[in-house]
Amino acid sequence: MTLLEIHEPGETPLPHAGEEALAIGIDLGTTNSVVAVARDGTPEALRDDHGAALVPSVVYYGADGQVAVGAAAQGHLADAPDRVASSIKRLMGRGAGDVATLGDVRAAVVEPGSGETDMVRLRVGDRARTPVEISADILRALRMRAEVALGKTIERAVVTVPAYFDDAARTATRDAARLAGLEVLRLVNEPTAAALAYGLDKAVEGIYAVYDLGGGTFDFSLLRLEKGVFQVLATGGDAALGGDDLDHAIAERALAERAARGQPGASNAGEAKIALLAARRAKEALTDTAQAEISLSLGGTASTHVLDREAFESLAAALVDRSIGICARVLADAVVDPADVNGVVLVGGSTRVPLVRRRVAELFDKPSLDDIDPDEVVALGAALQAEALTVGSDTLLLDVTPLSLGIETMGGIVEKVIPRNTPTPVSLAQEFTTYQDGQGAMALHVVQGERELAADCRSLARFELQGIPPMAAGAARIRVTFTVDADGLLAVAAQEKTTGVVQRIEVKPTYGISEEDMARMLYDSLEHAQDDMEGRLLVEARVEAEQLLLALDAALAVDADLLSASERADLDADATRLRSAIAGTDRDVIGAAAQALEERSKAFAERRMDRGIRSALSGLSLDQLESKVG
Amino acid sequence: MTMSTAATTASETAVCWSCGTATADTTTFCAACGLVQPPGQSDHFARLAQPRSFDIDAAGLDRRYFELQRQLHPDRFARKTAREKAISQQQAAALNEAYETLKNPLRRARYLAQQRGVDLPGEGRTIDDPELLMEAMERREALAESTTVSAVQALESTAQEERAGLLQGLSAQFAANDKSGVRAAILRLAYLDKFTEEARARRFNLGASGQ
Repeated sequence: MTLLEIHEPGETPLPHAGEEALAIGIDLGTTNSVVAVARDGTPEALRDDHGAALVPSVVYYGADGQVAVGAAAQGHLADAPDRVASSIKRLMGRGAGDVATLGDVRAAVVEPGSGETDMVRLRVGDRARTPVEISADILRALRMRAEVALGKTIERAVVTVPAYFDDAARTATRDAARLAGLEVLRLVNEPTAAALAYGLDKAVEGIYAVYDLGGGTFDFSLLRLEKGVFQVLATGGDAALGGDDLDHAIAERALAERAARGQPGASNAGEAKIALLAARRAKEALTDTAQAEISLSLGGTASTHVLDREAFESLAAALVDRSIGICARVLADAVVDPADVNGVVLVGGSTRVPLVRRRVAELFDKPSLDDIDPDEVVALGAALQAEALTVGSDTLLLDVTPLSLGIETMGGIVEKVIPRNTPTPVSLAQEFTTYQDGQGAMALHVVQGERELAADCRSLARFELQGIPPMAAGAARIRVTFTVDADGLLAVAAQEKTTGVVQRIEVKPTYGISEEDMARMLYDSLEHAQDDMEGRLLVEARVEAEQLLLALDAALAVDADLLSASERADLDADATRLRSAIAGTDRDVIGAAAQALEERSKAFAERRMDRGIRSALSGLSLDQLESKVG
Repeated sequence: MTMSTAATTASETAVCWSCGTATADTTTFCAACGLVQPPGQSDHFARLAQPRSFDIDAAGLDRRYFELQRQLHPDRFARKTAREKAISQQQAAALNEAYETLKNPLRRARYLAQQRGVDLPGEGRTIDDPELLMEAMERREALAESTTVSAVQALESTAQEERAGLLQGLSAQFAANDKSGVRAAILRLAYLDKFTEEARARRFNLGASGQ
């Protein structure tokens, strides 16, 4: 569990001098992802053979264990939609309740088992997968692209996240990178990365706004750019507002039209995905044309729907209004008037929608900066920061916390500990006390959000302070320190002030991944990538062999006197051989050793039967015997 | 008013965590081995090398803050040891706290008032001045009844003028060490800041919805 660890200055060794490898910049997007690298201050997006920088954030899980990412995965939406995962970023650090529905159809969510956190799990292909695992597959593909393009092993990256991502979503992103074998040098907020790309490239100074409407998330940041310093003044957003919502609105409209005509709607998650893809194509077409058609074929019935730009804009108006309202709040937070803004940077594919451009232009009455491709600008900024962190640079990124951090107090009220828009890193302490005599522990609930009630905020973690020395109620002074690092990640430490006792903190992340799960997934990702089938056969061989050993031990415990000393020694030697075979990884060796032990123990088994203890069990093998005895 | 006490605390003696050389509490990098040192107990003014006064040169404060962050921000320590990274994070956090406190007039006034031993009610506590309370209610009502950007703007500029006067007054009150004057002005400033924030949000919302 890394969400709330006490920051202990560790002893990580320095990387070997001269071995400074290249680090890449990754924009892990809802719809598309991009990987870029910067050399000598010049960033460049890494492209495939067809010149495409965009990798669709879509993963296909084949029946044969094959994993495909990008356009290849998208191709399977038609033939195997239930094996395809898309728009997974919206579920990072989220619970099952956050999964969107289209009509009545909802992606296949798997209920958490006992001991698992509330992090959502989706059934894609043959098993339940977390958004972290699916994102890791995308990151692995991006890493591979970079390694092929650069001809080097890549182990480090700067990964961007929406500025408005909460702690759970940031942690999930970092965990996904870890699973993909990438050390995250820094999580950089997407609007800040975009500003970095513009600021360094265009040498702009003054106050700039970044309006970033992506596939699934919306961010708006105000920055002051001055001589290589990128100072974020305020940020705001909505982690569930983006082009996907426009697709949803269009698809819902088409489905309503079908329903009115008496035609069947989407009956499963696969059909819903196809309807959403058709809606997206129509939306994209409407950027350049006045009218678009949506063709659907669901439940064996085909239909065509016409959408003109006016109808589209009335569908989109509410969503765009929401984004403009957020801009207004951020301007108010930063005490900046729209007139003080020198320019607006447009980021994200959804800023191609003409209505979006019009509304942004109205608010600021300024020309927008869009000469860097809005789909690539974030990755370019990330690449620049990756170079800055590995090679060194004079550039300084000063970012802020997007959401207030607080503690639930009596009556479910939130006491804010770190307000939103506080520059990071930040470390603030709050004192708590006990309310009962001799109280030895205290439960704390950490939440993130702007609302007054904890129930309306996002739950980050619950933890217990233990080992509070026995004192009268109100006498203990427990100082809890909240630290948010430059990545926007929270750490908590606690100390009882009167005695100096440092409390052990037990953390239960609400939507996180436990260290054990992480270890298992890391192991899995190594194992099944190689040879899933071979692995399973090995596990089966081990299980069978272990059952045999257990049965033998049980029999020896009762009837050891039936064996001579030399027979016993032979049997023990064979058992030892089998045990060491189990410790190895060759299932044929395990099988042979198990066979030998089975042969050797036959006489023993017969004698036991002769003894008449289990006369009815004649002809059964040792482990069958065990199952009867046990 | 420009008079102020010297902004360096009596430098407590400390030693470099790495090489053991004696350092001052305000030392950021050890003179002997060059490694970053923990933030120490400096007050916010000393940390940003500002005179301990209510009057502050905003541009100078920014300059100093950026200069120090360039040296101390964790991004500068990406290739250093975990220990140095952790210390740089403490340093950067201490700098941010100092900067946030000194940059904002209300927070700066509160901080300085506390240093001078002025008894202030906690942030977010109820206003204990009935006259101010009445005025606040009237102003808030006027804001709620404003339906145009220009109406809100008028309320804002009245508040702004009053605020400018208050800040000038605070400067003089701090100079004269007028504790009760400082206390009253801080309460009034807190209320005005809150009102201005609400008015601004309302104006942007009215502007954004095209009214």
